[in-house]
Amino acid sequence: MAYKIVFKEQLSEDVFTAEVQAPLIAQAGKPGQFVIVGISCGYSERIPLTIAGSDVRKGTIRLIWQRVGKSTAEMADMKVGDRFEIVAGPLGRPTHIEKFGTVVCVGGGIGVAPLLPIAKAMKQADNKLVGILGARTKELLILEDDFTGISDELIVVTDDGSYGRKALVTEPLKEVCAREAKPDLVVAIGPAIMMKFCCEVTKEYGIPTQVSLNTIMVDGTGMCGGCRVEVDGKAKFVCVDGPEFDGHKVNFDLMMKRLSAYKAQEQKAHEAYKKHRCKIGLDG
Amino acid sequence: MNDDEKLLQQLLRKQKAGGLKPSDRFNIPPQPMPQQDGVERRSNVNEVALGYTETQARLEAMRCLQCKNAPCIAGCPVKIRIGDFVAAIAKGGYAEALAIIKENSLLPAVCGRVCPQEVQCQETCTVGKKFKDVGKAVSIGRLERFVADWKGGGDGVPKAAPETGKKVAVIGSGPGGIVVAADTRRAGHAVTLFEAFHKPGGVMVYGIPEFRLPKSIVQSEIDVLTKMGVDIVCNFVVGRTRTIAQLMAEDGFDAVYIGVGAGLPRFMGIEGEQLVGVYSANEYLTRANLMKAYQFGAGADTPIAISKKVAVIGGGNVAMDSARTAVRLGAREVYLVYRRSEKEMPARIEEVHHAKEEGVRFHILQNPKRILGNEAGYVTAIECLKYRLGEPDESGRRRPVPIGGSEFTIDVDTVIVAIGNGANPLIGQTTPGLELNKWGNIVVDAYCKTSLDGVYAGGDIVLGAATVILAMGQGRIAAVAINEYLAGKEG
Repeated sequence: MAYKIVFKEQLSEDVFTAEVQAPLIAQAGKPGQFVIVGISCGYSERIPLTIAGSDVRKGTIRLIWQRVGKSTAEMADMKVGDRFEIVAGPLGRPTHIEKFGTVVCVGGGIGVAPLLPIAKAMKQADNKLVGILGARTKELLILEDDFTGISDELIVVTDDGSYGRKALVTEPLKEVCAREAKPDLVVAIGPAIMMKFCCEVTKEYGIPTQVSLNTIMVDGTGMCGGCRVEVDGKAKFVCVDGPEFDGHKVNFDLMMKRLSAYKAQEQKAHEAYKKHRCKIGLDG
Repeated sequence: MNDDEKLLQQLLRKQKAGGLKPSDRFNIPPQPMPQQDGVERRSNVNEVALGYTETQARLEAMRCLQCKNAPCIAGCPVKIRIGDFVAAIAKGGYAEALAIIKENSLLPAVCGRVCPQEVQCQETCTVGKKFKDVGKAVSIGRLERFVADWKGGGDGVPKAAPETGKKVAVIGSGPGGIVVAADTRRAGHAVTLFEAFHKPGGVMVYGIPEFRLPKSIVQSEIDVLTKMGVDIVCNFVVGRTRTIAQLMAEDGFDAVYIGVGAGLPRFMGIEGEQLVGVYSANEYLTRANLMKAYQFGAGADTPIAISKKVAVIGGGNVAMDSARTAVRLGAREVYLVYRRSEKEMPARIEEVHHAKEEGVRFHILQNPKRILGNEAGYVTAIECLKYRLGEPDESGRRRPVPIGGSEFTIDVDTVIVAIGNGANPLIGQTTPGLELNKWGNIVVDAYCKTSLDGVYAGGDIVLGAATVILAMGQGRIAAVAINEYLAGKEG
């Protein structure tokens, strides 16, 4: 079973999106769940990517990824018609969706991608949706239009002020938390450090916060423990106990250290791939 | 002609002349298994045990007394007619020997390599008892491997009976699933084998290393299934992609076999276990074996720790596999840390022996108390306690008791926790009505039937982490039950 790419687009310098044929996953997938993808059964890594959207009628799922290493770079070079040999899922526990009241969805950088289906579901469950999207610069901002369509209030910020308000996401988040009509839930997804700081803000105001963790994974089904994080002092597997957890209980510092486990190998592999691309003329 | 061949000819002549006496058989030297040199093989993943020559196999087979009460068969989980297949080898009838084995075991090339024969068929062997040394029993396992590997036989693809119109879903493509798929397909049912990973084979492919069980052998067994008409679907996570209820109510499956294995790594629950460089054996072996991390950068994209000093915690086959894999990945020092004594180690004797030959250093009667790390969150050492053996515990083995105040440290950069696996909870959590025991294992009756009609289970998910042969044994029982159930089921 090979999963064909039926649509592909570059969203920013290093961010890409693709729609992949995976009818069973499109049907079974719920917001918050992810898939494990790999290009080739013979040599590829298995990496987790949140399901950013799905079309049950077309039988496709949407993936959004950032080019950060060899595998994501190789994926970026794939074309419509190419196939992934590995797409397994849907994995992880779906987001708990209910009518909470006012839900703030905070997305940082590529974290906006997994946030979108959750935000949509929260809106559908009759929540008042406040969206906060942030990126380092205008170029890296993604999915603003999708959020505009569903948010009751949308705040867009960039670190350098090249678009929207000049701020980190924690600033508008703090303002929203400080309102008299406090939000009932915050969902924060993005780089680990961003989630850590968002949780520090919401903790001060006592607002329940869910985060979606993006650890290194191998199988994604709970058999290896490579994705383990410390939540409330206990070891949890992101792939089966998560990917979402109570942000106030997550040991983000430890998670960030574990994320760095293969930095040296990753850099080498990415450099080698970039050289390879040059040699075969992919760098037009 | 070398000495072995001379001896064989001598014995064959004697046999023809008037038969061999037991003393003739006792005098045949037990045949050693040719193997790769201990130091040389530290830097390759080729199979360590090279297999008997034909002469060796016949000599070893002639050591068998063909005793009437055949205690070896009682020791075999699938009751292979051992004496008969060994007799066939002795006279050079390898195809016949293989056929006898295949009456009961569909995976002789695997089991000949990985069965713990020293606690099964070889433990009860009369010859070993005579020498008061299980190491001198007839090498039944090596003989099984010999005929399984022998190329002259021509392995026919089992024929399937006429289509019954019934569908069987087999969940998990490890040894249990493979065997159920083959046996139910043979009965004429349409069989789909579901596998969560991208390659089938289960623990035989992700867990047992290449140097113990070449993956080409596992692939050959899988290929037979495909030729029989079994549909193998990978990247399919039952419980998530589809639930068992959906498979039966909506996808038309009439019966289901759950062979998902043990697959939940156990950690020690000690300080420092989340540091970078601490692996479950499952993760370490999956990266190395299934994902070929030993070829990282040269045909494989999955990295693994670049280790100089590794501590493997545990004493079973998985611990040995992890230690020997670490050696091959270039670690200078590999320590095997086990809290009981060597006698209590559950690993196959051959694995312990091979690990020592490869330079793994055994730290017995020791256990980590905590794992130490640096500012960056990387492992730097393990702090251990010395242990002594106390009274026996529930497993019958003497209980390991820490000796207070005996703390000492071992500098390491990698720790591999190989202390066992529990039941992966996914199927239990997503299959309402499926009865589990307190360990999360699936409860089954003597026919491997679960609490749900049409749903059967076997192998590690039922027994707890065990062996390939036990999984296969249960699979065969379940397949018979499934075939009977489907024969009686209305279309």
